[in-house]
Amino acid sequence: MFALIVPSTDAVAVMFLGKVPAFLLIPILLMIGAAVAVASEFVVFRNMRNATPVAMMISSFALGFVIQNSLLAIYGSRPKAISLWPELNTPVTVIGASVPLLQIIVILATLVVVVTLAVLLKKTKIGLEMRAAAENFTMARLLGVRANVVITGAFALSGALAAAVAMIMVTQTGVADIRMGGQIMLVAFIATVIGGLGSLPGAVAAGFLIGAASVILQGFLPLEARPFRDAFLYTLVIFSLLLRPQGLFVPRSAKPRV
Amino acid sequence: MAQTHKQKRLSAWSTPVLLILVLLVFTLLISVLGDKSLARMAAQTLIRVTFVVGLWIFVGNSGVVSFGHAGYMAIGAYCSAWLTLKPQMKGLFLPDLWPFLANAEWPVLPAAIASGLLASLVALLSGAAILRLTGIAASIATFAFLAIVYTVYSSWEGVTGATSSVVGLARYSDQWVTFGWASAAVLAAAWYANSASGLALRATREDEVAASASGINMYRHRLISLVLSAFFTGVAGALFGHSLGVLNPNSFYLGVTFITLAMLVVGGIGSLTGAVTGVLVLSIMIEGLVRMERAVEIGEATLALPTGAQEIIIGIVMILVLILRPAGLSGGRELRLRIGAR
Repeated sequence: MFALIVPSTDAVAVMFLGKVPAFLLIPILLMIGAAVAVASEFVVFRNMRNATPVAMMISSFALGFVIQNSLLAIYGSRPKAISLWPELNTPVTVIGASVPLLQIIVILATLVVVVTLAVLLKKTKIGLEMRAAAENFTMARLLGVRANVVITGAFALSGALAAAVAMIMVTQTGVADIRMGGQIMLVAFIATVIGGLGSLPGAVAAGFLIGAASVILQGFLPLEARPFRDAFLYTLVIFSLLLRPQGLFVPRSAKPRV
Repeated sequence: MAQTHKQKRLSAWSTPVLLILVLLVFTLLISVLGDKSLARMAAQTLIRVTFVVGLWIFVGNSGVVSFGHAGYMAIGAYCSAWLTLKPQMKGLFLPDLWPFLANAEWPVLPAAIASGLLASLVALLSGAAILRLTGIAASIATFAFLAIVYTVYSSWEGVTGATSSVVGLARYSDQWVTFGWASAAVLAAAWYANSASGLALRATREDEVAASASGINMYRHRLISLVLSAFFTGVAGALFGHSLGVLNPNSFYLGVTFITLAMLVVGGIGSLTGAVTGVLVLSIMIEGLVRMERAVEIGEATLALPTGAQEIIIGIVMILVLILRPAGLSGGRELRLRIGAR
């Protein structure tokens, strides 16, 4: 369920970038991301515990809309050039292939994040509580889980991760744009649903699948069809949903109860 | 028994009549009192009424939130442009159109109807696949549909003009034309909601399992309502194009999806009255805020809201309504007369 609610905090964190040394900057940005997410949980989502997933989706869009336009009002609509660690874009040679250093860092960081998340969710007490609260909020509380605290924690985590994504994007492109969250958010939404709501391996697999599919389409489509790549990609998304409506990896909790 | 049944039917029909009266008063007031810019705002509002009522035919009765209706709107808008633009213009800006379309020069009304029908046809095909899904998967699939339409229309250079806009559409949709279509949409929506198919669909909205256990074919009724719903969103698209005179794929993407859903949610998804009130309330609010952004002079001081304040306030209002009144302003009830009260 939480996976649904990653509002476009992406853009938020980036706008506060200053000239701070990296070892300070990274934790500060992650904390800002977490703080914004926790605040939004407190103000909005806490009051919507019993709402349907679709209502939550609409309100998270509304929230994203508010955040985006607040930033627009404060910073103006022009993309900002920010050179964040430009030296990371210098290529290095790995087994004969020249790859920007940043991409290696991104791959390693993603691995670390995914493994940590998996361990956190499956092996620790707080992970167990998180899963319990996601599955049945009231029941979890009755059994002594401090579900509100746990969910706030989940929000903080997702906010921090969104900030991390924002940092990576800014380092890669060198500009911070208020609209940069839009496309990636759409893909993230779709990936979580294709992967199966509430399944971490599903989300990871779906993310890879969408990325791979778009690269493959880009490579193999005839030239005149290439501008329509995204159309083909989203058609595949619909097909995947038709074949596995519950997602590729169905968590046991997703079975509808009658 | 038969007596009460008859009374209930009559009183159900009072809803669209009352709503059309409200729209009529709105249009009349603005035509009499307002200047040209207000009249334009009224036309925009009535186009949104047509769109949102169309959207409601599907979302309100089935309970499945669709993010794809802006796609049907785009299809309708471009179809009307293909049919009504002067052939010389099309030869210049849209060189790859099929000969039939390139030479077409239809009057506006048949073109609007044809646009609605094309949107319906696309809805039939896309819905046949998408509506096999339920719940959140269906909503995401409609999203994917929107993205497909957007990608196609913003890349198909020779047919849609891609991201450079199509210009020169006859600007015929003033407040009275749009009032006519909005009323038609309200009537059709009320007719559908009270038809056998509409009632069956509402039963599936309340409880899918119980409804299918009672022998209701959910898929079929959802498809019927989507086709009808797409007709009016397609027409709304055509009207939209003919009110601005300019078409761009970006006007039919996330922005319009968000604002129309906001209107539906604020007004109340559960009832037709909600759909209409939501549009009127939010449109009037937006217009007021836009005017305030342009600075109001009160005595010596000039008061101006910062740019972007309008969007922020709309977003906040939407969240507040979702939290405080989850069923919307109308609370899922219809505006109706008690005819022959007992």
